[in-house]
Amino acid sequence: MVGHSSEVALSAQEITVQFGGLVAVNRVTFDIPKKSVVSLIGPNGAGKTTFFNVLTGLYKPSSGRVTYGDRDITDLAPHKIAESGIARTFQNIRLFGLMTAEENVMVAMHSHLKAGIAATIFRTPAQRREERQAHEDAREILEFVGIGKWVGEYARNLSYGDQRRLEVARALALRPQILLLDEPTAGMNPQESSRFVDFVHRIREARDLAILLIEHDMSVVMRVSERITVLDRGEKIAEGSPAEIKSNARVIEAYLGKAAGEGKRL
Amino acid sequence: MARAQKVTGGERSQRRWAIGFSIAALLVGILYQFVVNHLPFALQDFVSAWLPATSLNEALVWVICALGLNIVVGYAGLLDLGYVAFWAIGGYSAGWFMSDFFTQWRFHAGGASPAKNQGLHISFWGVLIIAALICAFFGILIGAPTLRLKSDYIALVTLGFGEIIPQVFVNGENIAGFNLSNGSKGISPVDNISLFGKQLGPFDLGWKYMIFVALAAIMVFISLRLRSGRLGRAWLAIREDELAASMMGVPLMRTKLSAYAVGASAGGIGGVAFATYVNGVFADRFNFSISIILLAMVVLGGMGNVWGVIVGGVIVAWVNSTGLPSLGDAVNNTFNTNINFPSYSFLLFGGVLVLMMLFKREGLFPESRLKLMLHEGDEEESETSSVVSK
Repeated sequence: MVGHSSEVALSAQEITVQFGGLVAVNRVTFDIPKKSVVSLIGPNGAGKTTFFNVLTGLYKPSSGRVTYGDRDITDLAPHKIAESGIARTFQNIRLFGLMTAEENVMVAMHSHLKAGIAATIFRTPAQRREERQAHEDAREILEFVGIGKWVGEYARNLSYGDQRRLEVARALALRPQILLLDEPTAGMNPQESSRFVDFVHRIREARDLAILLIEHDMSVVMRVSERITVLDRGEKIAEGSPAEIKSNARVIEAYLGKAAGEGKRL
Repeated sequence: MARAQKVTGGERSQRRWAIGFSIAALLVGILYQFVVNHLPFALQDFVSAWLPATSLNEALVWVICALGLNIVVGYAGLLDLGYVAFWAIGGYSAGWFMSDFFTQWRFHAGGASPAKNQGLHISFWGVLIIAALICAFFGILIGAPTLRLKSDYIALVTLGFGEIIPQVFVNGENIAGFNLSNGSKGISPVDNISLFGKQLGPFDLGWKYMIFVALAAIMVFISLRLRSGRLGRAWLAIREDELAASMMGVPLMRTKLSAYAVGASAGGIGGVAFATYVNGVFADRFNFSISIILLAMVVLGGMGNVWGVIVGGVIVAWVNSTGLPSLGDAVNNTFNTNINFPSYSFLLFGGVLVLMMLFKREGLFPESRLKLMLHEGDEEESETSSVVSK
């Protein structure tokens, strides 16, 4: 449906997550094609963030597998998944508030840097070189997301919008192939959201990666996504292009209630 | 641009502190080595009552250990209530490797003891390294089971280990026939320190002072270097938001364990220094209060700031060893009373900690970032209270 497996960056098969008796995600299968922008939408409590947490290793699914390229990453530790190239931002901003913007970005380079305890204490030439490069890279990323002037500022002192940008910058420092954005436009006004759509495309072009969005703002979703997957009560109820999703009866029903839906529930 | 200025500003202030530390240490050293002996007797009495050389050396031992604890608590944000365990292990490393204690063996490696003596005699410098390695190992061993726990529970587990290890030494007289620690009798004396062909015995306070200053300086150096590098950033990230750190590729286990290991090895070095200072190891000295006093030093000075920790360490150690007893003598002599001042030390430390938490949570010399965090709540509180009062 989505194309040949070689073009799939990340693939989740039949993911189920249960919390006690509650089935938060029920047998959801989902692919992220390489270099695509795909969205995950659904009413509150549909299981979107839970699904995200499975992809990033925070939750282990009760059943189902996640494969990344040709690797099975279902049981990997979160930091291993991050290291392998899946980066995320958080719905509620989770920056390292009392570290500078630059340090925030450099934390995410941890897995790419090599210096150990001894090399750091003695400042070996290799360690100096590595640190200098990391500083440069961090600044370059901060410039790229448009907050280059805040390198030395504590993350918690940044404005809300800049904190969102810093989260993206930090995620990009992992050099991901897949970037997961959890409600990135929450709290933004329409102009900011609209700029954000351009920003997402710019990231994809410049960094050559696939982007998965969880998003509530439908104008953003429709403009930014190539494919949309809709979750409702833990189940995938629709998948397709923005145009297809817009006219899908089950989606409208899930969002607006039964009366507004044109068709009847099966 | 902003960053360039900021970093040089930060580095300049670090350099200023470092120069201040060196000058103060050197001046005090010169004063005790060359000046005090030539002072009038009245002044000499005053100095030996209020600031004897022994209390300086003891304070430096405390400072070395507090700097280690600062890495665990101040940098990585892992509350450790059992740090005395490492102090004890370091002390016993000195007892084992630089004394006649193991009469069944005879091994000499640069120690200051005559070659005919039994026991293991390794030079002070070698033992420092050995103790640091042993403690790093135990730091990892103790840290490992706590890693899946959240902060309060980590504190409880470390508290347990801090009790277990000294107890092992107290009762370690006969472990399946092997005398590990000589029980509550302790191991004494330990070998002299050899420095440039000199032998520094228990009364060579001046030279030991210099050695202890150097050890503290090395700990500061290591702390600052690590803090500014890859590992230091990961420690702080864990302190700030553990989950986000792991999502950014920071391996929580390894990073936390490295904090425990580095912190613990400083405790080992401090333990060796302490053993040479008191010329022996005595199991009953390693009690819970040491962990708490060390924590008080870190909190009083300012978590995460090595210079603050040094100041906090010197102040608390001095009050504990000299300030209170001397003040007690002075008060008792003047008012003809009979109050045992040192027995109130915990009341004092407890009171100071409570006051610090109420009025100056970031410590006397806070790391600037911590100050931000701790006063955030205040502003919100005062805002809501002003709303309520309207």
